[in-house]
Amino acid sequence: MSILAPCPCSGILDAARPRTEHSLVGRLDPRTRVVVAVLFALSVVTADSLTALGVAMAAAATLAVLARLAPRRTLRRMLALEGFMLVVLALLPFTVPGRIVAAPLGLAASAEGLQRAAIIILRANGVAVAMMALVGSMEVVTLGRALSRLGAPERLVQLFLFTVRYIAVLEREYRRLRLAMRARAFRSACTPHCWRSFGYLFGMLMVRSLERAERIDAAMRLRGFSGRFPRLDDAAPSRPGALDWGFGAISGLALIVMTGVGA
Amino acid sequence: MIRLEGVGFAYDAARPVLDGLHFTLSPGDKVALNGSNGAGKTTLLHLLVGLVLPQSGRVVAFGRERRRERDFIEVRARAGLLFQDADDQLFCPTVAEDVAFGPLNQGKTPAEARAIVHRTLGELGLDGLEHRVTHKLSGGQKRLVALAAVLAMRPEVLLLDEPTNALDDATRARLLDILAGLPQAMVIVSHDREVLDRLATRAVRLDGGRLT
Repeated sequence: MSILAPCPCSGILDAARPRTEHSLVGRLDPRTRVVVAVLFALSVVTADSLTALGVAMAAAATLAVLARLAPRRTLRRMLALEGFMLVVLALLPFTVPGRIVAAPLGLAASAEGLQRAAIIILRANGVAVAMMALVGSMEVVTLGRALSRLGAPERLVQLFLFTVRYIAVLEREYRRLRLAMRARAFRSACTPHCWRSFGYLFGMLMVRSLERAERIDAAMRLRGFSGRFPRLDDAAPSRPGALDWGFGAISGLALIVMTGVGA
Repeated sequence: MIRLEGVGFAYDAARPVLDGLHFTLSPGDKVALNGSNGAGKTTLLHLLVGLVLPQSGRVVAFGRERRRERDFIEVRARAGLLFQDADDQLFCPTVAEDVAFGPLNQGKTPAEARAIVHRTLGELGLDGLEHRVTHKLSGGQKRLVALAAVLAMRPEVLLLDEPTNALDDATRARLLDILAGLPQAMVIVSHDREVLDRLATRAVRLDGGRLT
């Protein structure tokens, strides 16, 4: 395997294109998608009833279908999330006090605990699926532009885009150093030598990142950069179309109904 | 066009990199700059555009002495430096934005910048790359796009730091063809024999902080 091959981390950053291009969600204005995703997340986080969250989960699943997310890839991403939550979910029924419904192995599981666990599952998965469907399926650059047109601070957007641009470069540098270590028979073990070597590795990575940052700064100054990013946008960004207004209205209505169900 | 007069520079006072160096670049000159590793070739290129400032001597560029960062802004628009590592140079999300970055900084309108992007990429035969995301380009494509980004500013001088380094044969040949067809005065740092034979009109060697 060549160390200069595209690194796998770009897979994480990249959208699940191009399948989504012609889906309903893919045809929406990126701004619509960001706004709906944020509203959805806010409503779900504030909702506290199982029914409302059930509805939200169903809505998120519908969005995933509308965005034509690749099922396998989506499941794999979800698995990472579930693994993280497993510990909390396994403990909750036994740690939240309340009416005992079961006592496997002599440990008392409470109804309130089970309910809390269910709420957390629905909430986390609902938000995750909706985010993947609405935001995760778009190119990172598109997302950056949508954020800036929605009035997000220009500096944050630039920072975000710089991160996306250079995380792959850093990853490649890390892998190159790591490879060089392995080529000299380095194996990770629990020894002072190993810890020291990892210390050097990350120290070197920091030094190199700093140097690269300086070189990038120099390259930017060479091309006349003076602290302000010029924009190459076409004069007027296209206005949201009928599809966007329609989608927005239906989503808004659905969120109100969902919140109403929970109240 | 650019002249260094008795320039001295040291990162570490005990071991100066450049020491009383004289260099003149005239219109139409294509100078090959040789020298062993660490001789200060890159430093010399950086001096020419003010990325580092000399500790002694003078830099005279396009008819004026340049002393401060502010003086060099104009120089940088007229002398384009191509970095060794294209990743340092391509920082915008897409190719079009990166190529437009310089022209926009020069005060061109977005429409003008777009036209320049189109023309520059077309001249280098990179038409298809305009809307590609920069970090997903191959190494060779990155190098060519970085060159396009420099050329988009319409420089009168090109400073090339190891332009053919780590390119495959096909990309290298393509880059050489492009460079051979450019009218600009050039300073080329390279260890590549063919680059020097095909492009250079004269060669200088950096040794012990001076040119020979």
